[in-house]
Order: sequence, then C-alpha cells, then structure tokens
Amino acid sequence: MSYSITDPSPRTKWFAGTLVILYALITLMPLLWIITTGFKSQSEAIAYPPSVLFEPTLEGYVNLFTTQTRVSEADLAANPPETFAEEIAASKGMIIVGPSRFGERFLNSVIIGFGSTFLSVVLGTLAAYAFSRYRVPLKDDLMFFILSTRMMPPIAVAIPIFLMFRTLGLSDTHLGMILLYTAVNLSLSVWLLKGFIDEIPREYEEAALIDGYTRFQAFYKVVLPQAATGIASTAIFCLIFSWNEYAFAVLLTSGNAQTAPPFIPTIIGVGGQDWPAVAAGATIFLVPVMVFTILLRKHLLRGITFGAVRK
Amino acid sequence: MAQIRIENLRKDFGSFTAVQSSSFTIEDGEFFMLLGPSGCGKTTTLRMMAGLELPTSGHIYLDGDDVADRPARQRDIAFVFQMYALYPHMNVRRNISYPLISQGMSRGDVRRKVDEVAGILGIEDILSKPVGGLSGGDRQRVALGRAIVRDPKAFFMDEPLGALDAEFRERMAEELRALHDRMGATTVYVTHDQLEAMQMGDKIVVMNHGVVEQFGVPQDIYDWPATMFVANFIGSPPMNLLEFHGMAGRGTDHVMLGDAKIAVPTLLDGAQGDLALGVRPEHVHLDDDGSYRGRVTATEYLGTTQIVTLSTAHGDVKARIASDKKVEIGEVVGLRFNPSTVSVFDRSTSRAILSDGNKGVLAHG
Repeated sequence: MSYSITDPSPRTKWFAGTLVILYALITLMPLLWIITTGFKSQSEAIAYPPSVLFEPTLEGYVNLFTTQTRVSEADLAANPPETFAEEIAASKGMIIVGPSRFGERFLNSVIIGFGSTFLSVVLGTLAAYAFSRYRVPLKDDLMFFILSTRMMPPIAVAIPIFLMFRTLGLSDTHLGMILLYTAVNLSLSVWLLKGFIDEIPREYEEAALIDGYTRFQAFYKVVLPQAATGIASTAIFCLIFSWNEYAFAVLLTSGNAQTAPPFIPTIIGVGGQDWPAVAAGATIFLVPVMVFTILLRKHLLRGITFGAVRK
Repeated sequence: MAQIRIENLRKDFGSFTAVQSSSFTIEDGEFFMLLGPSGCGKTTTLRMMAGLELPTSGHIYLDGDDVADRPARQRDIAFVFQMYALYPHMNVRRNISYPLISQGMSRGDVRRKVDEVAGILGIEDILSKPVGGLSGGDRQRVALGRAIVRDPKAFFMDEPLGALDAEFRERMAEELRALHDRMGATTVYVTHDQLEAMQMGDKIVVMNHGVVEQFGVPQDIYDWPATMFVANFIGSPPMNLLEFHGMAGRGTDHVMLGDAKIAVPTLLDGAQGDLALGVRPEHVHLDDDGSYRGRVTATEYLGTTQIVTLSTAHGDVKARIASDKKVEIGEVVGLRFNPSTVSVFDRSTSRAILSDGNKGVLAHG
C-alpha cells in the first residue's frame, strides 16, 4: 500500500499527534500548576509530594485582595465575620482591615498595557502605510534605524531613560510608562504592519481615489478593513510585551503607576510565604491577555482578502 | 462625455523615463486603444490621465480643462483595473454603489441606479453576493458596473480582459464594445494584444519605450506602419521586413533588391544606405514569373489560408496564400509583392519613407 505526498501514513499521523499532545502537556503544565495552586491552602501549596487532589479554597484570593491583621481572640469574638472572606480570615485568627493594593496595580497594568498597545498600533499603522505607499527619502535606512532600536535589550538603556524620566517628571506616571512601552513596541509594529500593508494591492485604494474618495478616506475605508488581520496580530504582540514587562516597571514605578508584574512578587513578603496568593495573582494576571487573544483570534485565522484579487 | 487631449506628456521615475513627450487627441465618444509591449509606458500614460500618477511635465486636457495636477476624485472619470480591484470586504451591490455614496446620493437613488446598471450588465442575481466567490467574468462585470454607475466623463481600462481565459475574453470583448456603443462614452483602453486593439478600437496609439510610435485608425496603422517597430508589432504574422543596402531616391517607383527590381509606391522622399522593404504576408504572391525568388522552408496550415515561409537572400519571408495551393518544402518559387501595398523603411531612423501610399497616413501621424 502506498501513500501520496500530501496524505501521510497512519503511523506518521499517530506519531505527529503524540508529539503535539506531549508538547502541549509540557507547556500547559506550569499553567495548570499555577491555577491549581491558587486554590490550595498554604500547607497544601508546599506539600511534598505535591497533592493532585485537594479541597479547593479561596484563601489565596482573599489574601490577594485584602489587607489583614492578626487580632486577639477577644477582638475576633467582638467582630463576628459577616462575609465569606471575613470567615476565611477569621479561621486563621485575622480580621480584614481593608483592600490590598492588588486591584490598583492590576488597573495600572490595564491602563498602561492597553494604552500603549493602542498607541503603538495607531502610530505603527500610519507609519507602515507611509513606508509602504509613498516614496520616502532614505526609506531603507529609516526602516533599518527603526529596527535597530530593538537590537539591544531595552533594559540596556534603563539608566538614561531613568534620568530622562526624572528630568521630565515622567517617573512613576501612567503617561511615562505608556510612552516608554509604545516606543519599545513601535519598531515591531511598524515592521509587522508594513509587511501586511505591502500585501494589500494598491489597486483597492486607487479604485477608491477614482470613486471620489480622498487619500485618507481610501486609507480608513478600504485599507484598514483589509489590514484588520495584521492589526489584530500586531496588537496581540504589543499587548503581550507591555503586559508582561517587568524590568522597566520595577525601575521606573513605585507608588503611583506600578503595574502588576513588579507587585505580585511582593505579596510573598506579606505574612509569610503565601504561595496561593501569589498563584492567584498570577492567574488573574493571565486572564486579560488570554481574553484579548481569544477575541481577536478570528482575525488571526481569517484571510479576508481571499479571492477578491486574482493573482 | 469628453474629449481628451494629451500634450507633451512626460513621466520620469528617478532616472528612468517611462513616458517621453506623448501627444495625441481622443475625440468625444471614441473607443481608444493604447497599444504596446509591456514596459512601453502605456499604463503609465493611462494612470497619468486618471490622476493616479502625477506627470513630470506636460498637459492633460479633459474637455478643455487642464487636469494634469488635479487629484483623481476631481476628474470625474472611471477606471477598470486589470485585477478588478473590487473592494473585498463589500458585497456586489455595495461595490457598485460605492462611487455614488461618495457623492452623497440618497439611499433610494443609489438603489435605483445600481439596479439599473445591474440590469444593463445582467448581474441582478448576484447583487447580494460577496465578491470573493465570483467567477472572473462576473467580477469583470461588477468592475464595469462600478465604472458606469456614475456616468463619468470617460472610462479608462487597464487590460481589463487580461485575466480572463481566451474563450471568455472574446465574449467580454464583444460585450464591452457593445456597452461602449450603447453608452457612447469616451473610452481609453490599454492592451498589449494587437488583435484586441484592432478588433475593438476606433483609434490606436502604438507606444514603445515611452514614445508614441504611431497614432491613427486601425486600418491605417496596419496598412501603413510609420516605423519598423509598428510593422513588426502589428499583424500575425507581422509585416515582412527585407533588409537591404542600397538606394531609394525621391520620385522613384522601384528599389533594387539584389538583382530584382521591386515596384513600390512613388517615393516622396529619399534615403540611401541601410534600408528595409516592408510587405504584409497577404500581399506576397507565389508567382513563377516573379524575378525575386525564395526557397520554401515551412508551411503552416490555418484552414482557409496557409502561411508559407520562404528563405530569400534578404531574410525569411512569410506569405499568406490560399490553403488549396500546393507548395512543396524545398521548392524554389518566384515571389511577387503587390506594389501598391509596399513600404520602404530607412533602417538608420527605423521610420517609413514618405510615399504615395502612406502620405495620407504619415501626414498626421
């Protein structure tokens, strides 16, 4: 029995399938570990061998979102727990005195992450369009220059940036972090988007110019819908970078604009090694990027220009 | 509808000159062909007329107004692209209505107008379909619909049939010409296919290397090519060009091809040195009395006619003769050229020498 080139033999398929499943297990394992740890009690989180089956508790989440303090038996009795969170705290002899700073830090991450993603994509699309369509003097040199900003790790310029930010009053501000992440992301977004826009035939815009539209109308009514796929994937890459960025966030932010990545490790210090709270923070931190990626997934997979231009 | 006049139009891309000082006039209602090999500047010329490229210098008059520096949207013209360029994210109806929407036409009027155009083109049944799944012919019709829906001053078409297969091309060519005759709109059509140009055009401009070689009605261009390039580019097989070294004096009515005396229309100009005699294959007759002789090297049967290739002292000659005439390969036969159809070219300039035959054509070309 023979098999064609395009249709692999059952044995090959079986082998390839096993390999993919194995790879998926290996990459998903840490994720699974973190998510389950978030629902473990402190003793179960450090149990050896690790427990696979356990009784889930929201202790980690409560610790993550609240500030607690240890009180005497009498005080505890005087303030009977009312909510389930207070009950969890009470079971350890603590009462909740207020929210933790995690909410704020998480909000900072959302503002800075999505803000810089938005700016990177808008500026990147405009720049990529200009580079793709117009005769820009020294085009190749400029494109190389833009790329060259990524040729060293961004953190290598941390000290000059730190000094600049201090002088400009941008240290520990949302605007400063948005500008910084935009600057880092811009080279990626210009290069990625130029590739996508180069693929869109100029005839579409030319047809719109002939049909009575201005250059800008042609750009946003005809080019943008065609570039949706590229814009979506660029946005995902930009968001993943600015969402996960740690080093600049540690150096340049503290009280006001600190994002979640530098904050999560500090949870460890509050009242012993609270691994479930850290894991809960990491789990919640994962959610926005995941949701964003899933929302834009259909754009990533769909080639909307299919068939409209004969090549 | 409009008359279009091109004056000394020039386009440089850096150091490369795509079009150099073209001048011609397209009369109102004409079906006008821009013909030439790829890279000859015909598409650049069309794009300058449409406002998609800015000319380096020169003028484009649309009904007397110089529009050379105006953006495309202010010229009121329609363009049909070779690759259709239908908006891929819109359905057929929206594609056709798009030029009307930019004018701010009311929704009801747009609807009525699109329905009318769809009726003309016979595409009522696909109006709500996305453009992605359409056949090549239907896409072409939608592109035409988008062009005619606005009643523009002129239609510009850049090889609109180039992407269709041969059989369908024929049919679309007829449809296009019929549409033109019905609407009477000035149409400028770019093609590299000389048959298409002859078949559809009222007038043809032949371009090569950015230069207008000849401008006129198809029959004049075919019968009396102004340059050796046109002689060679138009016709299938093209005009025979017998290269010889000699003398063609003003007022003479013959040239000497070796020892043979070949009658030509009376020359109104003279030249000597490297010359060429041009004669269309259908004007070459096999005649045993002919003083000019050639050996048959190949025959090609084409149904009603056959193409006989003969080897002569001045190069290969192709003759188109009736297919019932028996010709043996290797046979040496006499050739006679129909004297009133012969052109003489000066090879140093590649141009035809003015004669009684071509004076009417070359005078305005």
